[in-house]
Parts: sequence; C-alpha cells; structure tokens
Amino acid sequence: MIYYKTNEEIELIRLSSLLVGKTLAETARSIKPGVTTAELDRIAETFIRDHGAIPAFKGYGGFPGTLCISVNDVVVHGIPGNQVLQDGDLVSVDCGVILNGFYGDSAYSFAVGTVSEEKRLLMQRTKESLYRGIEVAKAGKRIGDIGYEIQTYVEQYGYSVVRDLVGHGLGRHLHEKPEVPNYGKRGVGTMLQAGLVICIEPMINLGRRQVIQERDGWTIRTADRLPSAHYEHAIAIMEGKTEILSSFDEIEKVLESQQ
Amino acid sequence: MAKQISIEQDGTVTESLGNAMFRVELENGHIITAHISGKMRMHYIKILPGDKVKLEMSPYDLSKGRIIFRYK
Repeated sequence: MIYYKTNEEIELIRLSSLLVGKTLAETARSIKPGVTTAELDRIAETFIRDHGAIPAFKGYGGFPGTLCISVNDVVVHGIPGNQVLQDGDLVSVDCGVILNGFYGDSAYSFAVGTVSEEKRLLMQRTKESLYRGIEVAKAGKRIGDIGYEIQTYVEQYGYSVVRDLVGHGLGRHLHEKPEVPNYGKRGVGTMLQAGLVICIEPMINLGRRQVIQERDGWTIRTADRLPSAHYEHAIAIMEGKTEILSSFDEIEKVLESQQ
Repeated sequence: MAKQISIEQDGTVTESLGNAMFRVELENGHIITAHISGKMRMHYIKILPGDKVKLEMSPYDLSKGRIIFRYK
C-alpha cells in the first residue's frame, strides 16, 4: 500500500529532511583525521535533540546509533564506535530524524583530509548519478526509469550498483512502499504519481557489487573490500515537477569554508 | 538509511498450525513460522506438510516468513 501525501504532509517531511541536512552539516565540521565515529554520533544526537526532534535510527530494528557512519569498504549501516578516522578515508554519513511525526532521511559521503583520485571520482560520480536519477523521477515515469538512469551512468565507469539494499518511500514511517532500487529496466515498476515521497540513495561500489553483512547484524561491507560511496536525497513527486526535500547546501557551505 | 530487501529462501513444511500458518524448516536448518501469502490464498493453493516452498523473509525479523511459492 503506497500512501500518497498531501502538500501539507510534504511540507512537514521537508522540514524533517532540512533538519537532517543541518545535522549533517554540523557533523561535517568535526569530520577530520583523529576523531572517532562515536564522537560524531554524539554531536549529531545533541544537535537533533536541541532542535526538538528525535533521532530516527536510534532503536530502529535495534540499531544503536543516531548516525550510520560507514568508512571506506563499509557500504551502509556502519555502527558508530571506537573507530578513528584516518587521513584518506571515505566516510558516508547517513542520518534520519522524526519531527512532528514525519521522518526525514538523507546521506552524504565525506572525504577525510585528502583522498586518492579514485575515491574522489567515485564520490563525484555517485553524487552525479543521484542527481541524474532525480532528473528522470517525474510524474508519469516509473521506478525502473530511475534505477536504469543511475545504473547506466555509473556502470560506464566500471563501478557497480549494490543490489541487496534499496531506496524507499518516506513519510510517517522510515521505510514505506515502494522500494526504489538503484538498478533496473526502463518502463518497469510502480508509476510515479503526484504525492509520492521517496528516498533515492545510490550505493556505488568501486569494485564488484557483492556485499557481506557482518556479524553485528548491521554493517554491510563490500565483498572485495574496495571502497563504496553513498548519497541520499528525499524527493517529492508533485504535479508537473519534482522537488528535492532534503538539502546538501548547508553541508557544502561547511566543506567550502574548510578549504 | 537504506532498506534491506527481503531475503528469499527455500524450505520444507513440517507442520500445519491452522489459520494458514505453517512451521517450516529452512534449508539452513532454522525452523520458523510462516504464513501463506494473500495472493496464494486467493488462488486456493493448498499446502501440506512435506511440501517444498519458497519463502520471503524480512532481514529485520528472522523468526517469521511468508510463503510465496509451492514447488510441484
């Protein structure tokens, strides 16, 4: 059952998603070599609670953290802990909040210090694939069109798309219908209609697409241990247009000021 | 947070529990309770102990499953 949202509901999801963007920006200030992932988690949780919201991931299916911090070969769902960030790491930070009963969800990949050329390109092209996916997500298109666009764009560079994890609908629950794979065929899947709110989140591996779930029950790692990047936007399909509800503006402002 | 897609596995029905619920032994030895999918109910597909079935499971709860196919 897919819940199509009214404009008022979309505005509330936008508020939640914008707070996620701000939280990620606040976290980005502290991402540098030597900091542990648990510290970043604490910063984010304090920031979210100070703004009257609740961290959405904490306790979701038993997840212990506020953020999913996934370093290098960890694709997603990395649990914050004692891991110390090193110069040259590729860190993807995924965050979710509940504000006014609605979820917001967004993720960004950061470079710690200076990263190798291949990691930089992987991040840049993953982000580009996300925007290309959003570009085709219009009312009247289908879920498969989004996946096709992302898949063809990244596979031309020899990257691969993770199959075991997918994007999802967003609203009063963190994971709603429909599932939004980052791979697919054109013209297949659910029709996109006005009122649909989905999260598009390409998880792109430098090497092969196979992933392994670690024994902690959460951490998803690439099978060949090559790095993986992950970006996520929440978008709303509206009459004649598509709006990006989350925002990377604040994050990129912080990143520019650090250079 | 990315959503984990459902896991598909094969198993053998060991016991019928009524209310369209079954106890199923998976190929990896785990025993779970599974109910028959609505689509299979609509088409009156009967399941008996001993049948080999395909199950769909959520990675978030590994003790329950949904039977989505009965092998001939």
